[in-house]
Amino acid sequence: MAGRAVFAGLIFATALGAGWALAQERTAAAGRVPKPALAQAKGDKCVDPTDFMRRNHMQVLLHHRDRTMHEGIRTPQHSLKGCVECHAGPQSGTVVGGSDDFCQSCHAYAAVSIDCFECHAARPRQARAGARKP
Amino acid sequence: MKPVDPTRRQFLAAAGGAVSILTLAPGVLLLAPAHGRAPDQPVTGKVRWGLLIDTTKCAAGCADCVAACNRENGLSGGTRPTDPQWIRKVELKDRRPGRQASLPMMCQHCAQPPCVDVCPTGASFKRADGIVLVDKHICIGCRYCMMACPYKARSLVHEPVTGQSPDVPRGKGTVESCTFCVQRVDRGETPACVEACAAARHGAMVFGDLNDPASEIARRLAAYPSTRVRADLALDPGVRYQGI
Repeated sequence: MAGRAVFAGLIFATALGAGWALAQERTAAAGRVPKPALAQAKGDKCVDPTDFMRRNHMQVLLHHRDRTMHEGIRTPQHSLKGCVECHAGPQSGTVVGGSDDFCQSCHAYAAVSIDCFECHAARPRQARAGARKP
Repeated sequence: MKPVDPTRRQFLAAAGGAVSILTLAPGVLLLAPAHGRAPDQPVTGKVRWGLLIDTTKCAAGCADCVAACNRENGLSGGTRPTDPQWIRKVELKDRRPGRQASLPMMCQHCAQPPCVDVCPTGASFKRADGIVLVDKHICIGCRYCMMACPYKARSLVHEPVTGQSPDVPRGKGTVESCTFCVQRVDRGETPACVEACAAARHGAMVFGDLNDPASEIARRLAAYPSTRVRADLALDPGVRYQGI
């Protein structure tokens, strides 16, 4: 009986040790705090300074959404469509879906759910085969 | 109406159908969309968008407008009871003389919309230019508006949606209906159904500003008799029909 308990203890200790070593390795690779991986956006700069957008993009989008919906103002400044066009991942072509995609990587990091793309397109419009109206 | 020579139509579209270009000074051009509003200015009540449908030119079995609507707005085009449908073709028959007519039925963009009256959250609203819309950000999917609409114009999205158009966000659990292709109207274009009807040389649909006496729709409404569907309800719909 006692032998079995010692054996179980040994296995537990080994598992703990292995887990600790793995965690150490990961921390060493990514620094102390895991940072969101942001892909480079298209274009030179954002419509507003990065620091401002990091803290206030939700208010900016909320304001523009009401202006678009109720007043028909569809200017590119602060439109969600504009965000997606610049920030869609170069490989994935979207802003959500993968852990490297622009919106999702940061929202996963901040543990904030993102509901925009249940209705809004997370990909820019694909160039259509047919010619568009001038 | 005589069919328009295609080269002339293309020239008109390029030169001034959608956008009029005014020369302010040498080298300075002002591009104004047909609604005459700058892109950063809100819509006003000076314009009231309307649609005139000439049912004598609308062929039974033709669904070009429905297909164009589905394409533009990313609808599946399915006809199950749970599939959203923004336009549907309705066939009418007057039994005794046997006269038949076919017409597209969609949101009538009423001046006094009952869907707006009943909405408990304010999601269903009428834009200043007369286009009746659902603000899906605040729609709770209660479907009261669907009950109130005498035209059965609205649908609830029952199933998850993927692959939406960037201009037309759509999602499960919200109510939607014809928007007069508001994203196109704001760019100075006509709704997709009207464009498709004209491109197929049917010419059964005219879209324009009811408040502008010089617009084609206002001139035709002034010259020929037209019908408001369920005029007895006095909702003053923005969609009018001829020949029914």
